[in-house]
Amino acid sequence: MSDDRSLDRKKAVPAIVGDPTDLLIVCGLAGASKDMAHLTNDGDNIFTMAGAMGGATAMGLGLALSRPDKKVLVVTGDGELLMNVGTLATVGILKPANLSILCVDNGHYGETGYQESHTQRGVNLELIAQGSAIPNTRTIDREEQIPEAKKILRDSNGTSFILLKVNTEPPPSIKRSMDATERKVAFRRALLGIA
Amino acid sequence: MMSEYGGQETWQEDLYSLLRSNGVELFCYVPDGGHKTLINRSIEDPEVISVPLTTEEEGVAMCAGAHLGGTKSVLLMQSSGVGNCVNMFALIKNGQFPFVTVVTMRGEFGEMNPWQVPMGQGVQPVVEAMGMHCLRAETPEEVSPTVQAALDMAYKSNQSVAVLLTQKLIGAKPF
Repeated sequence: MSDDRSLDRKKAVPAIVGDPTDLLIVCGLAGASKDMAHLTNDGDNIFTMAGAMGGATAMGLGLALSRPDKKVLVVTGDGELLMNVGTLATVGILKPANLSILCVDNGHYGETGYQESHTQRGVNLELIAQGSAIPNTRTIDREEQIPEAKKILRDSNGTSFILLKVNTEPPPSIKRSMDATERKVAFRRALLGIA
Repeated sequence: MMSEYGGQETWQEDLYSLLRSNGVELFCYVPDGGHKTLINRSIEDPEVISVPLTTEEEGVAMCAGAHLGGTKSVLLMQSSGVGNCVNMFALIKNGQFPFVTVVTMRGEFGEMNPWQVPMGQGVQPVVEAMGMHCLRAETPEEVSPTVQAALDMAYKSNQSVAVLLTQKLIGAKPF
């Protein structure tokens, strides 16, 4: 098991996601929401959180089941996913082909002062995803693996889970909307044409 | 003598039909004796998605995600599950998501398992503290109109509503 944490999330996340415009994106609180709000300029195809910890994967699952015609990407962190890691089992029994999960694992709770998370102390979220019957899983910790990760997230015919191991460099800073109602309305208007 | 959770078949069948005729297509649940008929009907229905959860709070976030995509949903759980959801209700409240949960009550009328009592007493104050409406159905005749009211409040007024199917309605589980 590799424990290399040399990748910087500010480069690795955009490189793996690529052009985000054709995706529907749900992000867990803190770092992952900042990564993706920065990449999408807090666009109308992204719903970010600053609370409801542990809810991102389930919210993305609900969206993926609702819209099988669209690719849904959940971007979350190791701490957010650990809070409701059982959701991987719920994803695993359904395996929606249009759902991809990117877990940006820096091994720490960055928002609260960089305390070590369980993944820094031997817990492997890719193995938990595998054990939860998610069909396509990978751990990415080197730059040369990024094209493969991008392909899995975009093209796999079945739910995919990428564990992206990064260093503790902070996410990009961005002023994003914290108004979940306004973001919900914008998201639905862009996708459905209704509020 | 009523069997365990006996006598529910007619109103539960009616409740399933009501949810379907209101366009509910996603049923999230944690297995529960009081919801047995509803859960089984959703599993057998090829036109809906029926999702067993590992914990009820997953269902709260799933229902919000489904709304982003334009799908109506319901979360079926027992009173104990409400306690597992509390922080996730922040997502519903902050986003003003329409949300309906149907809660089978334990820990009240005639309860024989003391472990059910604390959360049974906690359900109504907890959901109301989190900004949700709490409606109770005490008789079979009240079930459909109460759930219809909840669906209208949710999907026409962006409210979140917990419908409590009371223990007087579903019966106490013998211990």
